[in-house]
Amino acid sequence: MTYDIYREIILDHYKNPRNFGELENPDIKAKDSNPLCGDVIEIQMKVDAKGIVKDVRFNGQGCAISRASASMLTELVQGKTLDEVRAIGKKDVLDNLGNPDLGPARIKCALLALKVLKVGVYSYIGQAMEKDADLS
Amino acid sequence: MNVEEIRRQFPILRRTVHGKPLIYLDSGATSQKPQAVIDAICRYYSEYNANVHRGVYQISEEATAEYEGARKKTASFINAKEPAEIVFTRGTTEAINLVAYSWGRKNIAQGDKIILTVMEHHSNIIPWQLLAKEKKAELEYVDIDEEGKLKTDELDELIERGAKLLALTHVSNVLGTVNPVKEIVRKAHSNGITVLLDGAQSVPHMLVDIQDIGCDFLTASGHKMLAPTGSGFLYARKELLEEMPPFLGGGDMIREVHLRDAKWNDVPWKFEAGTMHIEGAIGLGVAVDFLQNLGMSNVRAHEEKITGYALEKLSEVKGVRIYGPPDVDSRGGVVAFTMDSAHPHDIASILDGEGIAIRAGHHCAMPLMERLNVPATARASFYLYNKEEEVDLLAGGLEKVRQVFA
Ligand SMILES: Cc1ncc(COP(=O)(O)O)c(C=O)c1O
Repeated sequence: MTYDIYREIILDHYKNPRNFGELENPDIKAKDSNPLCGDVIEIQMKVDAKGIVKDVRFNGQGCAISRASASMLTELVQGKTLDEVRAIGKKDVLDNLGNPDLGPARIKCALLALKVLKVGVYSYIGQAMEKDADLS
Repeated sequence: MNVEEIRRQFPILRRTVHGKPLIYLDSGATSQKPQAVIDAICRYYSEYNANVHRGVYQISEEATAEYEGARKKTASFINAKEPAEIVFTRGTTEAINLVAYSWGRKNIAQGDKIILTVMEHHSNIIPWQLLAKEKKAELEYVDIDEEGKLKTDELDELIERGAKLLALTHVSNVLGTVNPVKEIVRKAHSNGITVLLDGAQSVPHMLVDIQDIGCDFLTASGHKMLAPTGSGFLYARKELLEEMPPFLGGGDMIREVHLRDAKWNDVPWKFEAGTMHIEGAIGLGVAVDFLQNLGMSNVRAHEEKITGYALEKLSEVKGVRIYGPPDVDSRGGVVAFTMDSAHPHDIASILDGEGIAIRAGHHCAMPLMERLNVPATARASFYLYNKEEEVDLLAGGLEKVRQVFA
């Protein structure tokens, strides 16, 4: 069981993470950590007026699973609308990693980036709604 | 010490994990239990289960005798002057919280200083942070040097400047560093500073003679020394215990209760409110017997040998970086390490596939991780049932990690 999680694609995303780094003036920025292991992931995004993800970056420290999962997630959200991003779920992430039954300890690593992404998107949508309410 | 003979007494060591024999290298987190301890728990429930200090009937008297007998054994194990100096707790964490709440709130005032070290486990940091916030007291931290040993000149300076309390670990659960506590206690006492020693990683592994060391408080966890989880103890000098106000209030800790006030029971029962973890204490007594039969100096010698072997074997694996003192006589059976290619979590996952259990993470010592400038480390820790072949398998597992992440 444990070996198979380190498939070629995961190791590739771990060693060569996509969209790794930071953005200038991101519209969305969120960060969280896994208290069990100290892994930290931050996700930043630029969103246009239509709510489409124009650019995305992630950074932080993490194990192969959390890093590969974050890297794959950034590829997935690029060019999507925020509604589509909101619809991304646990299953999508695990399918991406190619491993539906990571143990209970490692699943937290796999889902950290998704959690950060959701927090970022929801607080962005929340702020946008507040602004709308102010204007009306 | 005959390790094979010892291993036969630990039933869990017969099991397999992912089709391979279990190699348990995480005794720093919790130790495995010998059959004698497991049997003692069964015997309590099947032969004399009753509350202690309450019944006037046979089985309650038997339970009380076993419970108090365990206190006597524990006291003699650390060479306390009398059993009344041992308060049973859930473990180290509860013992330190007891001291912070009871002794601390009575003795620490605004502006007072509490000296800690950067190598402390969270359980020897957070209770003092809570107390310091409440009392507006100050926390001071002693740093470590490149080898992971306390900077003694810094400690001496803080001691000279004065403080109310020095709370430090005897053995670091990450670096393995064995602190020179006897000397430290002597200096602290000559400056009127009370000393609490966190013995979670020393009491299970080496001879800890409380009268020789001379500290005021010592804490330990039963589950790290062959006993059940939820068992452990606080040692405190009797005069201190007598002056300290109660921690938890309830049954058994009182002498007389009236509607508006009460009189406390004698020590140590003043600090044991409610129904205690009876089979835990009894199991702790049996674990202490087990350790004393082997002899703590033999246990220590065995661990020094296996730790030395592990330091050698692991440093032969390319890309491995080991933390803590290089000399085995100033370190316990704990080897924390990182690898340049793989995160500790991934190391632990791949080793798990080989049946090898190690710890990966911050080991409840986040300030130390920050000081070492790593987010986490992997850690192998040894006990009396580990053997050199297991270290070989560990080193072999790390080679596999290297291949996967090459
Ligand atoms: C040095 C040290 N102190 C305190 C503790 C806390 O012990 P417990 O969780 O048994 O209360 C541990 C256990 O991990 C430890 O290693």
